[in-house]
Amino acid sequence: MDVKVKILRYNPEVVDEAEWKTYSVTLQPTDRVLDALHKIKWEQDGTLTFRRSCAHGVCGSDAMRINGRNRLACKTLIKDLNPDKEITVEPIKGLTVLKDLVVDMDPFFEAYRAVMPFLVTSGHEPTRERIQSQADRDRFDDTTKCILCAACTTSCPVFWSDGQYFGPQAIVGAHRFIFDSRDEGTEQRLEILNDKEGVWRCRTTFNCTDACPRGIEVTKAIQEVKRALIFRRV
Amino acid sequence: MPSKPAGTLYRGREGMWSWVAHRITGVGIFFFLLVHVLDTALVRVSPHAYNEVIGTYKNPVVGLLEVGLVAAILFHAFNGIRLILIDFWAKGPRYQRQLMIGVGVIWVVLFVPFVIRHLTHVFGG
Repeated sequence: MDVKVKILRYNPEVVDEAEWKTYSVTLQPTDRVLDALHKIKWEQDGTLTFRRSCAHGVCGSDAMRINGRNRLACKTLIKDLNPDKEITVEPIKGLTVLKDLVVDMDPFFEAYRAVMPFLVTSGHEPTRERIQSQADRDRFDDTTKCILCAACTTSCPVFWSDGQYFGPQAIVGAHRFIFDSRDEGTEQRLEILNDKEGVWRCRTTFNCTDACPRGIEVTKAIQEVKRALIFRRV
Repeated sequence: MPSKPAGTLYRGREGMWSWVAHRITGVGIFFFLLVHVLDTALVRVSPHAYNEVIGTYKNPVVGLLEVGLVAAILFHAFNGIRLILIDFWAKGPRYQRQLMIGVGVIWVVLFVPFVIRHLTHVFGG
């Protein structure tokens, strides 16, 4: 079937303004938006720029705004998008657009680094693995699924207007260790997120939960961190 | 940064729109309270002036504004309770959509009878 794909193009080397361009592509209903972008780039306009790596929803490179919502292009099927109408594709919001669908991810990764997304321990290293009960493991299972695609952070209205906000992803990254019984950096991470640009900025719009391609209950994770801060109990 | 066009509006769901509505009603209620505190404070200046000012409110335009005021306050109040539940009740985030439906139902149940009664007063004399 023929599908019209409308893409917000921007090339700072040529023009100062972004502009919409519409492409016509022949696709199967079971094709993904990424297939449409590939067809456009390979067959119609080689200058179209976007990130993608694994193309199977694992690497988290191709988050973009599809029909107004943050989605992974490689996980969004054409048939789920009402292909009778134009499909709009835009870069994710709140980060500087470098070219077409490519944005500057540096502020996003900086926020992630700031929450110390690694195991913090003290004392002697055990000779064997650090043992954890299944119940303790389950507490942070949801937030281990994150692939750092930035779909959540750039769907957040607070992040759009205030780039200093850590954003949902960084809080998910912190949650994964805060609620890990083996980790000892909980207090430090909670202090970092107690900042005025930390968890209290969350306005529970649930855009992040809706946008997450991994189905992480992001708002719930943020709420758990908020409650850990209020009650000082993890 | 690309200047224009800025792209489309983000198509958030009820969570985002309830947040937008919560802000708008919040600002609206703030301005109402400002006027309300001022006109009520008038009674300390002179009860006569107070009666005169309150008397000017008895017209259909203010009557319709009052409909908007009650609509805004009802939404703001019950959505506020929803937000408290989302933050403090462990299952709140998972049931936010159902809570939103609850807010809508309570809003309709309280607002519709109010409008009927209020507008019969305003326009029925």
